[in-house]
Order: sequence, then structure tokens, then C-alpha cells
Amino acid sequence: MKDDLTTLRSAKETWESETVAKTLKKFPERKAEFSTTSGITMARLYTPLDVASQDYLGDLGFPGQYPYTRGVQPTMYRGRFWTMRQYAGFATAEETNRRYKFLLDKGQTGLSVAFDLPTQIGYDSDHPLSSGEVGKVGVAIDSLADMEILFDGIPLDKVSTSMTINATAAMLLAMYIAVAEKQGVDSKILRGTIQNDILKEYAARGTYIFPPKESMRIITDIFAYCKDHLPKWNTISISGYHIREAGSTAVQEVAFTLADGIAYVQAAIDAGLDVDAFASRLSFFFNAHSNFLEEIAKFRAARRMWARIMKERFKAKDSRSMRLRFHTQTAGSTLTAQQPENNIMRVTLQALSAVLGGTQSLHTNSWDEAYALPSEKSVTIALRTQQVIAYETGVADSIDPLGGSYLIEKLTEEIEEKANEYIARIDEMGGAVKAIEAGYIQREIADSAYQFQMEVEKQERIIVGVNQFRQEEPPLEDVLRITGDVERYQIEKLKKVKAGRDATRVAQTLDRLKEAAKGTDNLVPVILDAVKAYATLGEISGALREVFGEYRES
Amino acid sequence: MERERRIRVLVAKPGLDGHDRGAKVVARALKDAGMEVIYTGIRQTPEQIAKTAIQEDVDVVGLSCLSGAHNHLFPKVVELLKAQGAEDILVFGGGIIPHEDIPALKEKGVVEVFQPGTDTHEIIETITREVRERKGA
Repeated sequence: MKDDLTTLRSAKETWESETVAKTLKKFPERKAEFSTTSGITMARLYTPLDVASQDYLGDLGFPGQYPYTRGVQPTMYRGRFWTMRQYAGFATAEETNRRYKFLLDKGQTGLSVAFDLPTQIGYDSDHPLSSGEVGKVGVAIDSLADMEILFDGIPLDKVSTSMTINATAAMLLAMYIAVAEKQGVDSKILRGTIQNDILKEYAARGTYIFPPKESMRIITDIFAYCKDHLPKWNTISISGYHIREAGSTAVQEVAFTLADGIAYVQAAIDAGLDVDAFASRLSFFFNAHSNFLEEIAKFRAARRMWARIMKERFKAKDSRSMRLRFHTQTAGSTLTAQQPENNIMRVTLQALSAVLGGTQSLHTNSWDEAYALPSEKSVTIALRTQQVIAYETGVADSIDPLGGSYLIEKLTEEIEEKANEYIARIDEMGGAVKAIEAGYIQREIADSAYQFQMEVEKQERIIVGVNQFRQEEPPLEDVLRITGDVERYQIEKLKKVKAGRDATRVAQTLDRLKEAAKGTDNLVPVILDAVKAYATLGEISGALREVFGEYRES
Repeated sequence: MERERRIRVLVAKPGLDGHDRGAKVVARALKDAGMEVIYTGIRQTPEQIAKTAIQEDVDVVGLSCLSGAHNHLFPKVVELLKAQGAEDILVFGGGIIPHEDIPALKEKGVVEVFQPGTDTHEIIETITREVRERKGA
């Protein structure tokens, strides 16, 4: 073997000094150096020399086996395709319920709820700070009454539902459990995910309410509650998506996400939970960006790193605790307002990288999202894109089809190595919570975002239709609009709910919640009681704000 | 002759939207172009923004909103500045803003709206030109 490599090395040198050099004299390459978004140099050619140090069984193994580099399931998409899950929600529960039925009718296989900002930040629709925001980026949910409408006619024992909700995750999960109960569905069989990842809210997305310590307590309460009552529920979706959208590189996305993951696992262990009792319900969420090969390698690297972290750092014994299962969304920030139809191709390639990277579920963005929320037509194209990849291209017929590519394997290694350097630095700072409080992660992301923009402006990175290949075009009209009527309607509905409920019971459950918040009882059952009494999201969040205080960005 | 005063800008995020990649990039680009820049951070009410703008004696307020609440929030900031006698502060906007919303925003006093894909040089030039023209600096 060693002789072979020596022969190969010298053959490669000859190829470079003779064949390549001759061509370079006549036709220089497009750039002096090629690199990925993470600054990893892309070689002219990858050969067995680049993967000579790789140990197949130790570094790759088999699908469904440690370290899961090649996939978390033994048969992957040969068994069933990834879940096609379009993130949707706007205006009222009534309208969003119609969109869900539309998507399910078109062959979507899971639901994904987008909530409006007041719901995400724990304000009712009639709060002064909600003014102008109601129903805009998602559906407005003020109380259990709205949640009942949202899932009306959708059997919760049949669908899996993902909810992008963080600071108020416990409240929305409680509402989901209550709706299921009314449908006669036992919480033990409920399948779905709450995002519940507050650390990336401080670092990149912004919908935090409480300070980190109190937020981490709610999260570990949810872990503990779900372990007993919702064993099939993904209790958190540790998200790199928004970190990437905020401008990070691929390496930073993996590093900061896994560092957040480490912080959650540590917090749960510190709260007295056994690692194998909760870790199998942790899930992840990544971005599929435009640098195609780097993205595929990124997903593979993340899987291998998490397996090693769980086994080596946290001494997990159950193999399910080591599997990094993830959802992917194509990169919203790469959608251009210029020549927007080109976004369909961007989304296709990004989606393909997620599938080649072994995602468990996927959201494909719609081409018109640089302007507004997607129309029914554009969201159908986005879903069809996934169906074309699944049913027509054949890429799902063999597991990890790019595994063994010299380039992909080398890139996977380099991403792991560079991301581990970041994690070591964050460890030195005392972990992700400390690194976020010190503003370190935010600064790193902002620096990368600025650098990227400057590269675009200097034409070092080309965005088709934006800094090259521009053309005059009429502005896009008839985008989906959410009007002020939604806000008025929502406020009316809220008034009716408040008039029709047992005010004493509401007050009692809220008092009980404040007491629990001051002590150490698990908050989830107490929140569930308040939800069932039709206490509003704003009231429940308000009670916790009183006890926990609010986080302010420094 | 008096030395030319550097343009002072308040970059602000009104409303509940937490997407501040654009706001931060623009703030830094303006700073690199020699302006004095203050960034408010996320989740500011129009009242807070107007107050800060007046206290900090800025020439320009740059508002960024990606949540769709711009039609409500941007004109509110303009109104509040006017009500406090600070109509000389120029208000610019950016974010996910549908094209058809721009004329109404301008009518209500927003000087210019920058859509996705705008080069930072274009923002710098527009701000510099508008400040010079309107303030005769």
C-alpha cells in the first residue's frame, strides 16, 4: 500500500509539472486560489493521496452504525424518502389551516408551523408591541382556541408536526398536547418537533424572552417531561440554519450548532437526567447553502462529530443517543430579488446537496421569498422540486452516493477539524452560553457576513443576476400580502375567548405557574393546566416574565 | 472654513424582527465609509428609535425590517420625528419590502428604500447625496 502511494505521489507530481504546467502556460486558471465559503482551499484534484490516512471503519463505518458518517439509518432512502416538510404559516389559524390542507393534498408528508413574531416572543395580538406584526411572518396564536382551529380536521395521530418555536416552546407544545387530547389522541404517540433552541436565538435569530439560565431550565424541564409523556417527540431542534442565515460560514455553522448541542446536553445532565434518557430525542436543523460540495461534506462531518461527542465526551451508551438526525432548509439568504425565477435552480441544487448529505426532512424555499411569503403556486413548485429529486433522479437509490469521493472525504475531514478548533475555543471560554454572553459567537458570525458582502461587492463572489448577468426587468407584483384586517380579526377573537372562559381558573393556574417558576417543579404540566384554562400565550409568558425577568442584548 | 461634519447615522431595527444581518453589514459599511454610526440592536419601538435619533443628534436614521411590518413601523418613525420637531432627520429603509409598497412609504416621508441585493456603495452614495442636498452641507 505504501509503495502504491509513493508511486502515485510521484505520478501526480509528474502530471503537475508536465501536463498541467504546459496547459497553465497557455490557459491560466480562473483564479490563483479556489476556496469554499469557510476558507478551505479547494485543490485542483483530489486523489487517494488525500484520504490515505482515513480509516474506513473508524471514520466512516456503515449506515446506521457509529460514527454514522454515511447515514443514521441502515437503509436510508431505500426504505422511505426524507419527510417533505414545507414551513408554512401566515395570518390567522383559519387561513393557515387551509394552507396545511392544501399542502397535504399535494403530497407533503409532514407539517411545519411558522408562528408570527408576537407568538414567538410571548405577546398577545392586542399587545402594543404586536402592532403591525400580527400574522406577518407566521400564524398568530393567542390561546388554545386558535390552536384548535389551526389543526381542525388534521388528525394528530397521523401527521408529524414541526413547530418553529423557542422562547414560548413549552406553551405551544402544551397547546398541541391539549388539541390532541380533544381529538382523543394520547400524547404518547404524538410525533413532531419543537425547535426549543434558545441559544441560537441569542446568537442569531432574536426571539428570546428570558435570561439564559431560566431559558435553559425551561428547556431541561421540557426534556424531562417529554421523556415520560411524549416519548416520540423531538424535544429540541438544535439549529445551525439561522446561524448560517445570519452570515456564518459552513464550518462556523457546524461548530456553533454542535457547541450549542453540547451546552444543552450538559444542562440536562446537570439537572439530573441520564444522558441516554433524553439524548435520542435531540434533533438538529441545518442550512443547505450554495457551495454544493462543501454542504454535502458539512452534513457528513456534523454526523460524525456529534457521534464522537456523545460517545467520548458524554459517555452515552445507547447508540440512538449518538445519531445526529436533522432537518434541512435551503438557504433563504441566497434567494435573490433580481431575476427571481433563478431561485428555483438555486433551491434545486441546495436541496440536492441536503439529500446527498443524508437529511431526514427537508424544506425547499419558494422562488418569490426575497419579496414576501410564498404564493400557493410558488410553494407547489418548491414541493415539486423535492418530488423530482426523490422520484426522478435516482440519487436516493443508494446510500451516501458520494461517500468515497476523494474530495468529499477530504472536505468532510477538514470541516470536522476546523469546527473542532472552534469548539475547543468555546470550551475554553466556558461553553456556548458564556461564549454567547461574551458576544463571541455573534461577532464571528457578523465578521463572516461582512466579509461575504465585501467579496460580493468586489466581484470575488459572483451572484448571478445581482453582481453579474444583470438585466432590466419589471418589478414582481401580486405577492402574498397580510393586511391589517388580520390584526383586528385576531384581537376580536381574543376578546371573545377572554369573555367566555372561567376567569378564576385562569387566575389560579397563572398564580400556580408563578409559584412553580420560583421553585424547582417541572413547569410543563403547570403550563398545560393554564393552557387548558384558556389562559392566553401573553398571560402565561407574562407570568414567567414577572418571575424570570427579561434578557437584554448587551 | 468649518471642517465638514461627519454624517451621523442611527441604524435601527424597529418591531419584533430579529434578522439583523443586513443592519449590521450596512452599519459597518457606513462606518468604513467614514460616517459615525450607532446601531440600536433589535426590538426597538418607533418611540425608542425617534428618541435615540434626537438624543444622538443624527442626520440619518436607517430602518431595517424583514418581518413585513414596514408599512406600519417606518412611517411611524417619520411621524414621531416630525412631531418632535426633528423633520430634518432623514429616514431610509431596507429589508424585505415588496416593490409596490415603496411609493406609499416615500409619500409618507421615507427618503429611499433599499431592497435585497443592494450594494453598500449605493447606500453610502445615496445617503451622502441626500444629506448634502437637503442640508446644504
